[in-house]
Amino acid sequence: MPTLVVYRKRRGIEAVLLVFSIAIAISGYLLTHLDIDSALPAEWPWAVAALTLLALVAHVMVRWRIPYADPLILPLTMFLNGIGLAMIHRLDLATTVTREDGTVDRMHSAELQLLWTAASILIFALVLILLQNYEVLHRFPYILFTVGIIMLLLPLVPGLGQEKNGSKIWISTGFSSLQPAEFAKIILCVAFAAYLVDKREVLSSAGKRLLGVELPRLRDLGPILLMWVISVLVLFYQKDLGTALLFFGLFVAMLYIATERPSYPIIGVLLFSAAAYAAYVLFAHVRTRVTAWLDPFSDFDTNYQIIQAQFGFAWGGAVGTGWGLGRPNLTPLAKTDFISAALGEELGVFGLAAIIVVYGVLIARGLRAALGSQDPFGKLLAAGLSFIFAIQVFTILGGVTRLLPLTGLTTPFLSQGGSSLVANWVLVALLMVVTHHARRPLVERSANPVVNFAADETMVLEGAR
Amino acid sequence: MNGPIRKLAVLCALLVGALLVNMSVAFVVSYPALGESQQNRRVLDARFAQRRGPIMVGTTAVATSKKVKDRFKYQREYVDGPLYAPITGYYTYYYGATALEASESGWLSGQQDELMLDQLINNLAGSEPAGATVETTISAAAQEAAWDALDGRKGAVVALSTDTGAIRALVTSPSYDPNLLATHDLDASKEAWDKLTKAKDKPMRDRATDEIYPTGSAFKLITAAAALEEGLVADAETPIDATTFTTKQTSHTIAQRCGGDTITIARAMVVSCNPAFARLGAELGITRLQEQAAKFGFGTKPLTEVSSTASRLYNETAHEGGLDDMQVAMTAIGEFEVGATPLQMAMVAAAIQNGGVVMKPYLVQRVLTDDLKTAYQATPEVFGEAISTETAAALRAMMVDVVTTGTGSRAAVPGIEVGGKTGTFAPEGSERRYAWFVAFAAELDIAVCAFVEGDDIENTDIGGARAAAPIAKAVIEALR
Repeated sequence: MPTLVVYRKRRGIEAVLLVFSIAIAISGYLLTHLDIDSALPAEWPWAVAALTLLALVAHVMVRWRIPYADPLILPLTMFLNGIGLAMIHRLDLATTVTREDGTVDRMHSAELQLLWTAASILIFALVLILLQNYEVLHRFPYILFTVGIIMLLLPLVPGLGQEKNGSKIWISTGFSSLQPAEFAKIILCVAFAAYLVDKREVLSSAGKRLLGVELPRLRDLGPILLMWVISVLVLFYQKDLGTALLFFGLFVAMLYIATERPSYPIIGVLLFSAAAYAAYVLFAHVRTRVTAWLDPFSDFDTNYQIIQAQFGFAWGGAVGTGWGLGRPNLTPLAKTDFISAALGEELGVFGLAAIIVVYGVLIARGLRAALGSQDPFGKLLAAGLSFIFAIQVFTILGGVTRLLPLTGLTTPFLSQGGSSLVANWVLVALLMVVTHHARRPLVERSANPVVNFAADETMVLEGAR
Repeated sequence: MNGPIRKLAVLCALLVGALLVNMSVAFVVSYPALGESQQNRRVLDARFAQRRGPIMVGTTAVATSKKVKDRFKYQREYVDGPLYAPITGYYTYYYGATALEASESGWLSGQQDELMLDQLINNLAGSEPAGATVETTISAAAQEAAWDALDGRKGAVVALSTDTGAIRALVTSPSYDPNLLATHDLDASKEAWDKLTKAKDKPMRDRATDEIYPTGSAFKLITAAAALEEGLVADAETPIDATTFTTKQTSHTIAQRCGGDTITIARAMVVSCNPAFARLGAELGITRLQEQAAKFGFGTKPLTEVSSTASRLYNETAHEGGLDDMQVAMTAIGEFEVGATPLQMAMVAAAIQNGGVVMKPYLVQRVLTDDLKTAYQATPEVFGEAISTETAAALRAMMVDVVTTGTGSRAAVPGIEVGGKTGTFAPEGSERRYAWFVAFAAELDIAVCAFVEGDDIENTDIGGARAAAPIAKAVIEALR
């Protein structure tokens, strides 16, 4: 008699872990104040209440709409978001000035970021309400693709695009600026998944063999070449290697998963390397980035930021200076691109390693959902969304820690910035919806359950394609 | 599709692993050096934010660290800044530290190896590391007396305990306020620095230990010492030739009416007879003069606790072929290119008072840890024996005569045997005058060197004595 897998909902675990996440973030916030002023700020109960309320809303929404969702994803996300808030607040405090008339003033980025967090949770809830069945996304691959590409290339429109810190990945919307690529990455991921599910049979047709690798047929190279051209456009005109790598890497990975043809990633790597090399030869700013990566001290002033980040890491050492006791504000853009340097300085190499591991677990849970999902579209979507995190975390953290040349990607959930935060919460919402469907008991899914499971928590081995 | 997803998962694991490995490698390989790099502002700031121990003059803390509410946490404050500036030095963000703030920094900051255990215990107890207290040898009374007597004129005063070498007063004027440079308002510090470094009268120069000046007749003590030691002159009563000194090589002559064609060397000292000492110097030769001066400390940096310069007889690089007789003769009376620090001249007087033994000067008497244990105690060190006891006694008698019957009468202190020697130097074609008075107070075991620079000083021994001798007197009275 074959057994039936029934995942437990594990919402209680999620609640307990959420409490931990919030406790860690809050203690960062409180320790900062204790270390800097030896006193707690008057508004601290409000800050605790706000963060708890947000987590509660998210948790209740999950219980209501997607009760079988993965129990780790929300607490891990909340943890990263909370730590980010605490560090942005800590960096705000570094700007405190006391005027001659006795009034004290400082920046209020963390308060703004808290508002963005609230907005993100609301949109998270909205996604859960509207997209409880994500199948609807499967229907419009071409429309979504067009919208995604337009958003991606929006900063190239004259008058709309803004250049910040050497990269043209922002657009101005009158009252604030936006990074449309943050939304484009989700839209394109959905579009890729929908398109590839439909076309995977065709795209995986065998072509000629070369060196033991089956190449795709020439006409099937169309999609990958199109994405390559778009990525090259991004690379050359927006001057951002990270964004180009993110989109091209995402497409190639999803193409590989859909077709199971190793030739695609090989072609992808070759194409991207060619573009990166051309960029190195053609553009001075790319060469500057590479020099800054290999030998930052050759030009102290030009590479000031990356050098300051290294000084910060070195100053923090293994366990860090402690919240509020380092000098992370010496590194330019400490709240955005270099927030990981700030965390590394005050929480130490250990602390930042822990944060990297949290990202790793988050990615692993996403890929786990991809493996467990019964539906090819869901599989591709979950794998793609997880891989977005992987590329993004690797390139930005690798850039800050000098594993790679620096690129202008945001650090998911940690860095200051509304568009990035909202987009990543939407991404998490989608991922959780997919996990809900993957873990839902089969009886709820269809009348004739698949019966080849061995035990609880095992992976689908057969018939999962 | 699960196969590729698993491979993708492996790739993701590798990416995360690469981040972790890279950070760990950097932590071991490059962070240790970066964490101490002078280019790292965090390093500079942390050093500047230390709670440093006080520098004491008697029972007064002349340099203290006061807790303040800014990022540097402790503001270094100097009491009577200009008065003690050559002793404390300054402790600044941009310009480092000088004098005791620099040389005793290990003790003051608590980083000294001997304090490691205390700091460890402090750390474990969760209390902030505290620097040790540095007690100086300075007498506040002597320091203030010297400062008041200088009265804003350009100059310097050094007082030494002749039997130990302890520095009792170390004054330089004009001086500066180290508080202006130590301020946490770094822009103000920068401004003060620019102003002080560009000031015409160079207030940050330590005239007492770090600048050399022509000594004039005060150098005759060394010439007399060499002549007596060499046996060129048998004793103080030996008559010597006091007629005009000439040489065949030049038309320059050294002439002075000294009260007779031959006078005793003691008399020559009292009237500060130039031709007599010039002739003695020429007969001794530059090598012998140099040897004698070196025994008193010339050619050696006498002090390590504050920056000091070695005194010299002449510019050796400019005269590689040696000096002619006239140049040697002029050197013997403290002219030509003689350059000495007031500290060096005080050491000469101290050695004469101390029976010919030169003591190494020092400024730090004792270092006390935070819990009042003695971590360091100065022990007087002998620099060398410059002259025999007999020569010392003869010179002592001559110097007493200078004060009782000669040019140094303004230094006389009733009830105390004071000996001294004046010196005045006027560079050719300049209004500049350098007036010296080196003295000892026999019963007090004190030697003093007072030095004044100015263009209102009369170019005679009397003129020099008028300017400098009262300062020496004031210091002796303060130490009485």
